[in-house]
Amino acid sequence: MGRFAVRRLASAILLLFATSVVVFAIFEVIPSYNPARAIAGRNATPTTVAEVSHKFGFDKPVYVQYADTMELIFTGQVIDYNDNLNVDSQIAQRFPVTVSLVVPAALIWLAGAIVLGSISALRVGGLSDRGLMVAAILGVSIPVFLLAAVLLYAFAFKLSWFPNTGYIQLSSNPAQWAYHLVLPWISIAVLSIGFYSRVLRSNLLDMVNEDFVRTARAKGLTGRQVFVRHVLRNSLMPIVTMFGLDFATLLGGAALVTETVFNLPGVGQYEAQAIGNLDVPPILVGAMFTAFFVVLFGAISDIVYALLDPRVRLTG
Amino acid sequence: MIPEPDGARGGSEVVAGASPGGTAGIVITPGERVADPWAEGRHPPAIGPWRLAARRLRRNYVAQAFLVLFLLIVVACLLAPLYASDIAHISPNANNITGTVSVAGKMVDVVSPDGVPVGPTFGSHYFFGADSNGRDLAVRLLYGGRTSLLIGAIATAIIIVFGTLAGLLTGYFRGVVDMILRPLMELIWSFPVVILGVALGTALALGGIGPIKGNSLFIPAFIIGVVYIPYLGKPIRGEVLRLREQDFTEAARVQGMGSWRIMLSEILPNLASLITVFVPMMLAYSILLEAYLSFLGAGVQAPNASWGTLISDGLNYIQTTPTFSLIPGAMLVLTVLSINVVGDGIRDALDPRAQVRVRT
Repeated sequence: MGRFAVRRLASAILLLFATSVVVFAIFEVIPSYNPARAIAGRNATPTTVAEVSHKFGFDKPVYVQYADTMELIFTGQVIDYNDNLNVDSQIAQRFPVTVSLVVPAALIWLAGAIVLGSISALRVGGLSDRGLMVAAILGVSIPVFLLAAVLLYAFAFKLSWFPNTGYIQLSSNPAQWAYHLVLPWISIAVLSIGFYSRVLRSNLLDMVNEDFVRTARAKGLTGRQVFVRHVLRNSLMPIVTMFGLDFATLLGGAALVTETVFNLPGVGQYEAQAIGNLDVPPILVGAMFTAFFVVLFGAISDIVYALLDPRVRLTG
Repeated sequence: MIPEPDGARGGSEVVAGASPGGTAGIVITPGERVADPWAEGRHPPAIGPWRLAARRLRRNYVAQAFLVLFLLIVVACLLAPLYASDIAHISPNANNITGTVSVAGKMVDVVSPDGVPVGPTFGSHYFFGADSNGRDLAVRLLYGGRTSLLIGAIATAIIIVFGTLAGLLTGYFRGVVDMILRPLMELIWSFPVVILGVALGTALALGGIGPIKGNSLFIPAFIIGVVYIPYLGKPIRGEVLRLREQDFTEAARVQGMGSWRIMLSEILPNLASLITVFVPMMLAYSILLEAYLSFLGAGVQAPNASWGTLISDGLNYIQTTPTFSLIPGAMLVLTVLSINVVGDGIRDALDPRAQVRVRT
């Protein structure tokens, strides 16, 4: 366990470093990209641009700029180029919105995928299996932004069942909070339900012929016990790893499309705006923020994996 | 995972006396007494994995129907210039904000004074309506389809070539190559596809790379290809790790074959079915990712259209002219759906147990 923790920590630091270098490099190699001009404003004279460039250190060598930026990020002093707001505090402020969006959506998609995948596998070849698999393949064929827009159009504008857009804090009004987030949750969950239920179904079908299932039956367990304790439990393993990665990237801001369409002031919306403005510090911090969650949930899913499967040892 | 290579290099196609219906078997002439049907010379014909897959696919009518649908969409998109010049009489990028068009006998502004584009007319002009610049949506839909499909195809080609190469090299040589390439793949893999794609897309759309201009279609295609390489590279690597320990690889090594020859003539043919399964899947995901990137302004750049940019433009008018975004959306979903169904059919036919996954 100690070895596992050390190796994980080392790979985490490496990944964070690599991520920051990659993102920094992407924007460094663009020939026409000049952040000083963006900061200085529209009508800046060349002298002002040069002054700004000097003030922010854009005239220094690349590696010095990189080191300075990293220092600012880790001391919580980095500001974005467009609004001069503190990036770290912006992300901290917006993170609860993303959590309220992603965590319930993840629970919905996990529960939905397990229920639908199980029904489909138990009734393999039947009408409900076929119907569910058609729905699943349709779910993975719709881009999230289109689904979000269609849901918004149909249920918010046309039918007025749900509020348009916007975010209500959980602490101020839990019912309104959920009411405002139903459509975003659905639009995130549909794709993943489609994907996970397909994977789960094929895992379940593979598992039925395994020896341990026959043993479980032979020792007299009921069909339900065999399914829940043995077949389903073993089929969930590959999903644990998938879920860790998907959940982590969404928490880190990969829900940017959903947050943009539903106008939720979360991390993803911030990232989308920063990308639109070519504002490097938020993009850089956002990418590292995501990488942090990827590493964290990678480790967590490995631990869950080891708990589910006693054969697995945590060696990193 | 992959059908056993009973004849990895063409030997699988030896099929003796298969009848056209595919029900090849033992031919017993009437009146002949056969004690042992499996006697010398009467073995049932061997069927290779590819022929078996083709036979399974022939029975999958759903997959065939969706293949036809996909081909129809492709042909329609390829005929876009013909539609533009002979039916709609307007080029895809021609603005017509002040023009009028007849809908059910009445003349209507293509774009109303308060900026709302006209909906479907179902006539030769503006069949699916107009966009906010008075451009013919049906024409742009077909041209946009060409763009989306072309980007998808180029990206898929990049993924297949470089993903296979990366998987082969890291799996076969391990050691130093693995130590360099694998962390690179892991890095791309653990990056959220959308964020990496969007950052690259915005950056490159601004400056271009070298001789390629910022609004070139090759930029999104290249980005999508790079982003998805690990999704093929990782499974290929796993399969190569398995294949390189097999007896036939050992035999080739003993015969004195070099590493490259073993990779190309012994291992690569055994990867063919895995790669085949990935082709439609990567095509579907590439087209979807292109739509995402275009939606976020990091994909196809104006004045070019793709299904993604059309949906994205149309979303601004979803309350007044919902067809503007829903028609390109339906086209995109139909195309991706048909590729997915055909891909599922191919996977089931080639390898019912294969498990592959991709995130967007």
